Amino acid sequence: MSTATVTRATRASRIAMIIAALALIVLALAPWWAGRADLRLMGEIFLYLSLACLWNLMAGYAGLVSVGQQAFVGFGGYMLFALTIFGGLHPIAAILLAGVLAAALSVPVAALIFRLKGAYFAIGTWVVAEVFRLTFAQISALGGGSGTSLPVGIVKSLADGRSAREALSYWLALGAAVTVMACVYLFLRSRRGLALTAIRDSETAAAGLGIDIWRTKLEVYVVTSAFTAVIGGLLFLQKLRISPDAAFSVNDWTAFVIFIVVIGGIGTLEGPIIGTLLFFLLRETLADFGTIYLMVLGAVAIVIMLKAPKGVWGLVRDRYDLELFPLSYRVNTQNKGN
Amino acid sequence: MPALLSISGLHKSFGAVVVADGTSFEVAEGEAVGILGPNGAGKTSLFNLITGALPPDAGTITFGGQDISATGAAQRCKMGIARSFQVPQPFGGMTVFENALVGAMEGAGLRGAEAEAHVLSVLDDTGLLLKANVRAGTLTLLERKRLEMARALAARPRLLLLDEIAGGLTEAECTALIETIQRVHAGGTTIIWIEHVVHALLAVVERLIVIDFGKKIAEGPPKTIMDSAQVKEIYLGVDPDV
Repeated sequence: MSTATVTRATRASRIAMIIAALALIVLALAPWWAGRADLRLMGEIFLYLSLACLWNLMAGYAGLVSVGQQAFVGFGGYMLFALTIFGGLHPIAAILLAGVLAAALSVPVAALIFRLKGAYFAIGTWVVAEVFRLTFAQISALGGGSGTSLPVGIVKSLADGRSAREALSYWLALGAAVTVMACVYLFLRSRRGLALTAIRDSETAAAGLGIDIWRTKLEVYVVTSAFTAVIGGLLFLQKLRISPDAAFSVNDWTAFVIFIVVIGGIGTLEGPIIGTLLFFLLRETLADFGTIYLMVLGAVAIVIMLKAPKGVWGLVRDRYDLELFPLSYRVNTQNKGN
Repeated sequence: MPALLSISGLHKSFGAVVVADGTSFEVAEGEAVGILGPNGAGKTSLFNLITGALPPDAGTITFGGQDISATGAAQRCKMGIARSFQVPQPFGGMTVFENALVGAMEGAGLRGAEAEAHVLSVLDDTGLLLKANVRAGTLTLLERKRLEMARALAARPRLLLLDEIAGGLTEAECTALIETIQRVHAGGTTIIWIEHVVHALLAVVERLIVIDFGKKIAEGPPKTIMDSAQVKEIYLGVDPDV
């Protein structure tokens, strides 16, 4: 008679969680040990990590390959400016409200673009983002096509003094990244996450096993859009200036994010982390070489897509059967005598 | 016995290709029915229509007394219809255990330890327990076919649709498969089985339905059907005059 037990954590995942907790403490203390430029860079890294995690959930798991998430980054950014300047809200309240508004806005957008499949869906999302850009460029109160700056009074309402503001901005970015990662992790670990992972692998079989595909995808789209808008608000809180071209840039908010997810390993939770680190490593190393930087990024992307289509993490996972986030179920069977 | 599944006047065509041409039949609760027919006769399409993967052009499908003709595939599974795919559709990046867990949680609505225990017993039944931690994408074709059945069983179906799962098995594997299906059937599950391996089919089913070009051409006890001249001609390619 054999008995079997089911566990989820592995030794690697336990070690990874301890390291992650220690890293988090060190990172939270960064305003005391890092310079101003480093703090800024790390804040940007956290926000890109968040965008990558969200895009990965949407494209890598739900199969919604959007090239138009800049629509929600820009929307979040503009809502920060509009709600603080005209609504008199505190910037943090404005950013949270931007997330709620983005969730509401994403429902009619989804109703429209979910009719499209595959490449048509991708192009549809881009068209929606362009519509957003052109719409915000029409609003003269927000500077029209040339954009606007966040008034000094609003910036000062955030915290007293420049270094306190920069520290707060950093903590917000770190907090956002931790929140996004934790939410994505807990979601994927839940029953609905198991269903979403099934959809990733075969929509036909998933539907046949009782999973409502359309509803699951809608949930993912709404949640990622809301979080993406929050991240957009934080990005432009760092920049203090917004314009339609910067807010709805397909290069900055989608192309780089896709690059990060694809080289890291699409459809895995670890992939976006590895991808973000690689991306910033390349960017900071090649920053002095001008346009060569983009050519190298392109070349790296092509090589990885050809040689390791599952990304760097896919290679590691297949070779060592590693999993840092304990999502898998492990069955332990042992024979109890005869 | 009241019919669990009742199909009447089912039509489906893709352009000039007719895959269901006024098909009607009933399956009683607890029955095991075999479906025979040459390649391209519309057998798998019939399953797609029953599970909701394809919408019919006309006709009605009733399950457990309810008209499900317009019900979505996911809902039909929750109501108790599960199937195996002829061309296996494993969740390749998930382990064998997780594949079946999807069926137990989504299809059967089980949760937590209850779901896990159910999956373990299904994997034990289908001989996949030792493969539980293997990624489904790395399984061999035979293992994938077994996984198709395990996943469907994990959904605790009232009606199990099996689509060519015996092809390519060795004699011993085939015997084991027959025993598994007989056990499932004895447990009260209604079965409709499409199979070209006729001896395996005949070991389980109580009734045969033969279809060709989307039309039901014969239906009855296995022996009568296998002896009928029309079936021999159409299905086995034997000319009755010879």
